[in-house]
Amino acid sequence: MNRYQNAVIVSTKKLAEGIFQTVLSAEEIAKASLPGQFVCVYSDDGAHLLPRPISICDTDVAEGTIRLVYRVVGFGTDELSKKPAGATAKILGPIGTGYESVKEGEEKPLRIVIGGGIGIPPMLLLAKEWSKAGYEVHAVLGYRNNELFLLEDLSKYAKCHIATDDGSVGTHGTVIDAIAAEGLLDGDAASRAVLAACGPMPMLRGIAKLAEEKDIPAYISLEERMACGVGACLGCIVKSREVDAHSHVKNKRICTEGPVFAVKDLCL
Amino acid sequence: MNMSVNFAGVNLKNPVLTASGTFGSGMEYSEFVDLNKLGGVVTKGVAITPWEGNPTPRVAETTGGMLNAIGLQNPGLDVFLQRDLPFLQQFDTKIVVNVCGHSEEEYVKAVERLADSCADLLEINISCPNVKEGGIAFGTNASKIEEITRAVKRVAKQPVIMKLSPNVTDITEMALAAQNGGADAVSLINTITGMKIDINRRTFALANKTGGLSGPAIKPVAVRMVYQVAQKVQIPILGMGGIACAEDAIEFLMAGATAVSVGTANFHNPYITESIVAGIEAYMKRNHVEDIEELIGCVR
Repeated sequence: MNRYQNAVIVSTKKLAEGIFQTVLSAEEIAKASLPGQFVCVYSDDGAHLLPRPISICDTDVAEGTIRLVYRVVGFGTDELSKKPAGATAKILGPIGTGYESVKEGEEKPLRIVIGGGIGIPPMLLLAKEWSKAGYEVHAVLGYRNNELFLLEDLSKYAKCHIATDDGSVGTHGTVIDAIAAEGLLDGDAASRAVLAACGPMPMLRGIAKLAEEKDIPAYISLEERMACGVGACLGCIVKSREVDAHSHVKNKRICTEGPVFAVKDLCL
Repeated sequence: MNMSVNFAGVNLKNPVLTASGTFGSGMEYSEFVDLNKLGGVVTKGVAITPWEGNPTPRVAETTGGMLNAIGLQNPGLDVFLQRDLPFLQQFDTKIVVNVCGHSEEEYVKAVERLADSCADLLEINISCPNVKEGGIAFGTNASKIEEITRAVKRVAKQPVIMKLSPNVTDITEMALAAQNGGADAVSLINTITGMKIDINRRTFALANKTGGLSGPAIKPVAVRMVYQVAQKVQIPILGMGGIACAEDAIEFLMAGATAVSVGTANFHNPYITESIVAGIEAYMKRNHVEDIEELIGCVR
């Protein structure tokens, strides 16, 4: 398939302060996408050269569309959020390995997806897939405030638990606090669970610590500044515990070996 | 119509190559580009042993360009010779191996090991701004350039291109030093040292604090330097720095480059190298240029 293409924008809407959802017509990408994978979105402006890596939030294979939910943080995301329906955006995807790489704990029936802020979107497609596969899926979602974007979608596939920074909804605190407050890993739950998380690095370190303490298989999706998006420039690496087969040093490429990694393989 | 050029004794089917560090060893971009259509592939810098590179963030966008401080991460020559070179050998394109080292001895050892490989040309990276020893420390000192060039030439079996840094007062001095040391060609420019500050985090955008600036923003500097060097040396020039379209490539040829490398533009459009080849061909047709040699150094 041709991974680099001009995709037509079907719709864009604001979901919360600074958070936008853009649906793009990209039939082949929709068909090929796995939970955890992402696309690179290119600016039309010749002075902004680097692609913006954005996780695939959801796909609609029948409609041939992909849904991106992103925070506007700079020129590229601002440009994307302002494009009208019918306009096009150059995109490359799907990129990276997805959660299909989850092998350790494959047999475990309890799946807890954890999203913090703009780490929530990729958890939707994952919750959908895992729910379809018959797992018992819980979603632990960390928001800044009561702007609970994607909660309605996630509720279709997972039992949702909320943490907010301002305490306006659910547990006042982090997703780690919410896991404890709701007793999600109490009793024999820990031995039946697999964790999947995406969010800011302090949150991911917290998840890694929790997984280690309770001996739970845990997977995380990482993001990093990227230049090529195809594994050539070595801009987006993460330190690994063992020497990586491609790099022959303790670096893994987030765009190629990731963005989904088993926590135990990384030095976070 | 002839698009082929003779570069330091090696016949390139056209003057468009990739720039080291932006194209891996061609494997990743072969999904998009027919490597057979390129004059050559310049590989990411390789050293005798694997290098870890710098901490992240390693890249940052700037207006019309980008900063990088990868730090020459590479898997080492053993892997390169077993995995990367055989891959490139499948294509009808010239292979230019970019070599890095921390010391003169490391450059020499790497070049020795490459002597009997299928590499067509060697590009010696003495100008990386992101590593302390080896890179920039050598590339900004004319007598050191001459010395390393001579040492490398003593053991090299392929033509040697010395890659020069723009972070100097007079790049023609560095080019002349390479020529005096016996270099078969020079390539220029490597990136320009720069810095970006993230005002929200109140810290440097790159973990390395400084990085190398590349992309269209540096093109006029690069064209000027290629022109200046072309007036001073007899050896051919591989020109680079911000080439993003065929017109840019033609500017470099007219300024005196025999061939060009395309780098950062690959990140914006993975098909760009092939379209630059097609664009040069279209320009030649439009302007009734029979032989590309007519364009090389035509602006004096």
